Amino acid sequence: MKFEDFLLMRHELLLTITAMLILMAEIFIDNKNKNAIIRGLSIALFSIVTIIGFLPAPTGALFGGMYVTSGMHVLMKNVLNIGFLIVCIQSVKWLKSDNNNDRNFEYLMLLTSTLIGMNFMISSGDFLMFYLGLELATIPIAALAAFERFSQKSAEAGVKLILSSALSSGILLYGISMIYGTTGSIYFIDIAKTFGTAPLQILAFIFFAAGMAFKISVVPFHLWTADVYEGAPVNITSYLSVISKGAAVFIFMIVLFTVFRQIVNMWQDVIYILSVLTMTIGNLFAIRQQNLKRFLAFSSIAQAGFLLLGVISGTQLGMTAVIYFALIYIFSNLAAFGVIAAISNTTGKENIKDYDGLYATNPKLSLIMTLALFSLAGIPPVAGFFGKFFLFTAAAQQGFYMLVLIAVINAVISLYYYLLVVKAMFINKSDSPIAYFKSDFSTRLSLIVCVLGLFVIGFASIIFEYIRSMSFGLLF
Amino acid sequence: MIAGIPLEYFLIVSTIMFFVGIYGFITRKNLITILMSIELILNSVNINFVAFNKYLYPDNLHGHFFTLFIIAVAASEAAVAIAIIINIYRHYSSIDVENVEKMKY
Repeated sequence: MKFEDFLLMRHELLLTITAMLILMAEIFIDNKNKNAIIRGLSIALFSIVTIIGFLPAPTGALFGGMYVTSGMHVLMKNVLNIGFLIVCIQSVKWLKSDNNNDRNFEYLMLLTSTLIGMNFMISSGDFLMFYLGLELATIPIAALAAFERFSQKSAEAGVKLILSSALSSGILLYGISMIYGTTGSIYFIDIAKTFGTAPLQILAFIFFAAGMAFKISVVPFHLWTADVYEGAPVNITSYLSVISKGAAVFIFMIVLFTVFRQIVNMWQDVIYILSVLTMTIGNLFAIRQQNLKRFLAFSSIAQAGFLLLGVISGTQLGMTAVIYFALIYIFSNLAAFGVIAAISNTTGKENIKDYDGLYATNPKLSLIMTLALFSLAGIPPVAGFFGKFFLFTAAAQQGFYMLVLIAVINAVISLYYYLLVVKAMFINKSDSPIAYFKSDFSTRLSLIVCVLGLFVIGFASIIFEYIRSMSFGLLF
Repeated sequence: MIAGIPLEYFLIVSTIMFFVGIYGFITRKNLITILMSIELILNSVNINFVAFNKYLYPDNLHGHFFTLFIIAVAASEAAVAIAIIINIYRHYSSIDVENVEKMKY
């Protein structure tokens, strides 16, 4: 193994170096502006990492096939990197507050290590690397959810997240142990050759799918989601709802397409039921929510159901649609969460009722929120429409007409509750609306990036073509 | 090979352990006991891996490696979980799940 071979792990190595540099900065910088320097340094480093990620990357396998990388893997990591950068920029305002000002480097270190874990998870070529990446992505997130020391809700969110994710890892591992017992290997390529429909293998698949469904918060396993999203700090909630979920969907899709390709008819049935349940129940629960974070938690459950539509098709178009939709979803959800974070950090208000008459006092914020919600609902001028369109096309191409019909009905239901928020902002009158405030530079920057993304990704077909050229289907 | 003990016995023990863990996770009220239930689940997985490796695939060591990693990761998971549980105790003066219910449906 030569030194150059390590360059295959470019994304992970760069992020590790970044995490180490943040730690060094905390130790060696002795200045009264230390925390501002750390924040600026880490955002500069993350921007560099994101840009370097787009340079042409070598492909191949490392460590005897434990780590694999190809154009598609690099693309998925770049999508996550973009979202990660936006989350970091959004959290600057919150990191400046008195409770957190002395702990900036902890937050940035933990957040970086979760991204390293997700990158390893996506690039895994065997179940050991997959498991290690998954845990590296999960454990620091639990610590981050409990980050606000003086908030009861935050502590409760942390304990709920760590216990339910530990249980889901246990179930997942039980499935992996059965896969190992029946095939004698933990490498994806070797398992795919011999994996069939023996009873123990079917059981193994069910345990595996249940464990992954916990991570993606698909409906029978979604009960932790709303509580954790409500209790955790807003920036962690946005991170959980886009980046963690996106990474879990990506790797679930890769494993289904490679390891379980012999039992494709079986997993399509499972995903079918999960998808219908997720969309419907996520939407119905979202209607009755009052807290905006909880509201977006249920809406993100419903969006995961839409993502499964691309997974179920098992084609190249399906994978393209999933990555494309995840990219759009990152921008639209982060725009919505950015507005919520700006308002919550300034006034502490998080309920839909508090947003009454927001347009009269803060017209720009309410316009951005409207665009983001329109994109989540899938209304044409913004990118969300194109994402949903390709997902539905991918499923319909494989003959899942009934599923597409249910998805379209659900899209209409989701439009209803997204418009409830828009109505509160534009039409409802309020005696004491949220007063006008000037948001700081970082919030404005992140929101502008999100809004630009919402329009550019929808109209620049080159992005879709690029993703399509990297994806692969079930038959390869 | 362990004389006279077939593979099935190990699998039965590990299956019982797994479901005892799930049962404990659902019914127990104390957060530390819930954590212990999770350890039971992870250890049942370890038994599975080692038994499969020893009986069916004695030529390679993948199962043993996997077990070692699971033990290490379970330890770090328990460390973070206990830290968060201590935090819960500071806020609620109790580690009973029935008291930790600020957020509900």
